[in-house]
Amino acid sequence: MSLLAVHDLAVSRGGLRTVEGVSFTLRGGEALILRGPNGIGKTTLLRTVAGLQPPTEGGVEMAEDAVAYAAHADGLKAALTVTENLRFWSAVFGGGPVGPALAAMDLAALADRPAAALSAGQKRRLGLARLMVTGRPLWVLDEPTVSLDADSVARFASVVRAHLAGGGAALMATHIDLGLDEARVLDLTPYRARPGRAVRPAGFNEAFA
Amino acid sequence: MIALLKRDLALAVRAGGGFGLGVAFFLILCALVPFGVGPETSALRPIAPGILWVGALLSCLLSLDRIFALDHEDGSLDLLATAPIPLEGAVAVKALAHWVTTGLPLIAAAPLFGILLHLPGQAVPWLIASLLIGTPALSMLGAFGAAITVGLRRGGLLLSLLVLPLYIPTLIFGTEIVRRGMEQGSTATPLLFLAGITAGVLALVPFAAAAALRVNLR
Repeated sequence: MSLLAVHDLAVSRGGLRTVEGVSFTLRGGEALILRGPNGIGKTTLLRTVAGLQPPTEGGVEMAEDAVAYAAHADGLKAALTVTENLRFWSAVFGGGPVGPALAAMDLAALADRPAAALSAGQKRRLGLARLMVTGRPLWVLDEPTVSLDADSVARFASVVRAHLAGGGAALMATHIDLGLDEARVLDLTPYRARPGRAVRPAGFNEAFA
Repeated sequence: MIALLKRDLALAVRAGGGFGLGVAFFLILCALVPFGVGPETSALRPIAPGILWVGALLSCLLSLDRIFALDHEDGSLDLLATAPIPLEGAVAVKALAHWVTTGLPLIAAAPLFGILLHLPGQAVPWLIASLLIGTPALSMLGAFGAAITVGLRRGGLLLSLLVLPLYIPTLIFGTEIVRRGMEQGSTATPLLFLAGITAGVLALVPFAAAAALRVNLR
């Protein structure tokens, strides 16, 4: 039973097609890493999979409420403490306890610190700890390792590995090597949209073009 | 949804949350008007209902852009959109949080500020009643405006221009309730109109606001 099936997907950003004809499936226990040069549409593709924007063509099939999305912004409130931030997302997603997530990302010592006082790397770790409390099987990660040090990258890789071992799946865009040898890699470069095929957004009006 | 309400209330009362901004603005307005038009009862009393309602409305407007802009900046809005809470519910909760942190303090302060404007005592219950019924509509319409302008830098001006026309019916009937209460006339008609407007807004606008948010998140 596949967690995610993407077939013949085309996505566009600002009315311009970025990639097209992308197909893959992701089963429980699998990880897929998207690669490709800047601007090819990795973020757009991930946002489409997360349901934040509609596909231009093709389709995304998955179970309802399966996705936990993590992007460049971590969704943290500076005025709340680390625990409060995490507890909020746990309550919203109806997920698990915050203790193991804090321990896994090495945040236990910072639990009562306001998020405003965290460094960029610590914020990122808290943003990734949020994935664990959502209890969602499919993690969609956009550059998860930005501003993480080498130790934290290794720690994050082991968290992802544990998630895969628990039957989850991960789809991520990253430029660095996470050390996840079991992950498949999909290079998006061959799927770059061919120029010349203009996209007509819904409601496109020739008279005002 | 309760967690979202609790978080928004906690954020509002902590440092930098902007709690009290609306009431402070309301106080400034009500304190300045007697200096502007003169302290005589004959001059202040006829305009008191209008000033109080316009003041409440403008104070409400001040904090509208914070409803979604902050959540959009730090990425929470994307995460809320993927959460199991329906976006319509999230909109309603955020409008409720705005009302609790802005509308309720205004209602509590309004009788006091009425004294500054020589509002007669028999009109005070009607002032409270009209604000209680009318301000939820202001918060909900504001959430709609905030949802439309959420992706824009400095969207506050556009937000005010979009929302102000929608506020006018509430202002007309709200003021009319207080004016009739002051003259001890029948308040039933404007009261029912105001309640009808609020009920309609609360029922329909969350769907419009959620649709606007979905478009803006693309």
